[in-house]
Amino acid sequence: MLQLSFKKPHPHVSHSLADLRPGEEAVLEHIDLPEDFARRLMELGFLPGSTIAAARSAPGGDPRVYRVDGSEIALRRETATRLHVRTFRS
Amino acid sequence: MSECHSGPTPATLPIVPGNGSANPDRRVVAIIGPPNAGKSTLFNRLTGLRQKVANFPGVTVEQRVGKARIGGKREVNLVDLPGVYSLDPRTEDERVTHDVLLGKMPGIPRPDAVLLVLDSTSLSRHLMLAAPVLGLGLPTLVILTMADELERRGGEVDCAALAKQLGAPVALVSAAKGEGLETVIEFLSGAFGVPTPVQLPVLQDVPRCRQWAQAVGSQARYRSPAPPIWTRRLDSVFLHPVLGPLIFLVVVVAVFQTIFTGAAPMMDAVEEAIAVSGQWIANLLPDSPVRSLLIDGVWSGVGSVVVFLPQILLLFLFIGILEDSGYLARAALIADRTMAKVGLQGKSFIPLLSAYACAVPAILATRTIENKRDRIATMLIAPFMTCSARLPVYTLIIAAFLPDRPLLGPVLGLRAAAMLALYVIGFLAAVVTARILKSSILKSDRTPFVLEMPPYRWPTVQSIGLRLIDRAKVFLRRAGTVILGVTVLLWILASFPMKDGQAPPIEESIAGAVGKSVEPLIQPLGFNWKVGIGLITSLAAREVIVGTLGTIYGMESESETEGLQQALQQDLSLAGAVALLIFFAFAMQCISTIAVVRRETGGWKWPVIQFAYMSGLAYVSALAAYQIVSRLG
Repeated sequence: MLQLSFKKPHPHVSHSLADLRPGEEAVLEHIDLPEDFARRLMELGFLPGSTIAAARSAPGGDPRVYRVDGSEIALRRETATRLHVRTFRS
Repeated sequence: MSECHSGPTPATLPIVPGNGSANPDRRVVAIIGPPNAGKSTLFNRLTGLRQKVANFPGVTVEQRVGKARIGGKREVNLVDLPGVYSLDPRTEDERVTHDVLLGKMPGIPRPDAVLLVLDSTSLSRHLMLAAPVLGLGLPTLVILTMADELERRGGEVDCAALAKQLGAPVALVSAAKGEGLETVIEFLSGAFGVPTPVQLPVLQDVPRCRQWAQAVGSQARYRSPAPPIWTRRLDSVFLHPVLGPLIFLVVVVAVFQTIFTGAAPMMDAVEEAIAVSGQWIANLLPDSPVRSLLIDGVWSGVGSVVVFLPQILLLFLFIGILEDSGYLARAALIADRTMAKVGLQGKSFIPLLSAYACAVPAILATRTIENKRDRIATMLIAPFMTCSARLPVYTLIIAAFLPDRPLLGPVLGLRAAAMLALYVIGFLAAVVTARILKSSILKSDRTPFVLEMPPYRWPTVQSIGLRLIDRAKVFLRRAGTVILGVTVLLWILASFPMKDGQAPPIEESIAGAVGKSVEPLIQPLGFNWKVGIGLITSLAAREVIVGTLGTIYGMESESETEGLQQALQQDLSLAGAVALLIFFAFAMQCISTIAVVRRETGGWKWPVIQFAYMSGLAYVSALAAYQIVSRLG
């Protein structure tokens, strides 16, 4: 869900999704990928403004499963680096 | 950003009223929904037709048609479509869905109505698909599946309110348990009503569609379920950095060991039944060429293949459990890095894994791969995976030439290890070939990899049972058609030219002459002319060689039914047996695969390249194996 409403500490610092530690959450800002691939990701719930959490991964950390919008989607690191997020880190 | 409604927008569509087809008793209803939403389970429930269901996104890769009997007399043609997230055709299977819905698919009339199947546990996301589907203006029933799971995880939804929001009836069902299907049957048997026009998202971009879905969901008082706790717990084991790959290996080894040892008593029973019934029939018939054809040709030929039914069913049972439980998606995740190294992706892993059962459905399953070059590469390497048709060949030769003794204590026997080794060399051949293809003629940019992880679910007896029955039917049908045909033809070729009304010794028959003519070519591999006949007949299908040898030896050893294994030991050296195994690991002995590759690639180019490459590799490797092993003594 669009969880901009429950703000934890004020989100700042721009990162890519690939920088998240397992279990860490962030808010998606924009997707820097070709249009049809970005659309596919949005259909799966990767919409700007949504909260994404990093979960488990394949051995070696790539690809990693992300929790978004109630489902779990695995992305390769090379894709995750193109998804820009704001983290809740201070 | 492009639109949520794709292709022709509803405004420009010629909206055919629901009762478009002339005969109201033969209506066509399409089942559409996102991947892994439960379409196929529902389809199975309604039709009883064997439709492959698996807990993995993208299993239905071709539209399937089945008939549902409603209230005893009325028949509805149901079309099960591949899963889609939108109606914008991007991959091959999404295009199929798109074309069927718009009536552009040859052979399938435009549907009279639509069953829109959405997973109630991810409703806010799945509702996005409702916008373009309702926009088609066809009579629609919205079916929310996994009702039991939604309830268990503390979610809820007000169907009446949702129906009002969507302008179409809504049914909450649990297809796996068969609950809530009355509404679906009622809809199918009633007069289809065109949905009440409702406000659909006009702005055609994904965020707007998502907002609309969100709004509709909250109007319907949708409460999303709690996260699946068990899935998380299981993933902490199955995707553990160390335990995960270890469990993967244990699963694979356990499957092979069970297939080999667990199936043995069942196979013995089938073999016994075939032998006894053959003897029984033989006693009923007078001695004549017809009796010879029936007993030596048909019974020993087809029978020697049917023996392997228990083993093949056991393999499909394991694959079915892995698929339905959701473990397969995790396996694809674990395998992605390895696949990336050979230039492929985790998505190629699924077709490749199902190629362990059969290359034909595997090649169809490559349709979920968006990148054309990746798709062709996957098709080309799929037949290297050890399909179930190789099992009879491997089992026969291994059992004839290797003693049954433990190798790693009770965990792994020598025979199971040999079998595992054959699976491994098939896999390695696939990997090396992929590497070559992807760095030469099929080079492409690395394609993005997106894979949805379904929650773990208990496989249902019904779903797996239906699939096993289906597999048994396919196998027996093949035994009854292809193998029977080849066997009868072989018997005729082996019985002529007659001498004094008697069949000649096989060596002097037509079949013998054909075998002898290829002997010089295969002698360096350690094969004699009898194996040569088998190699030729197995061009139709691999397991035919077993039936062929069964026929040849059945005709040779007059009365006494000498075991196929003992007969083989007379004809092949150990080195020859190894060469034969390797030959079968690599050769593309399967007409069905050639046909499906031709169809899917749209020409003869790829199947011809594939056949030449695989046969060449098989020949050279078998030659090397024979020469090396026979020198080792």
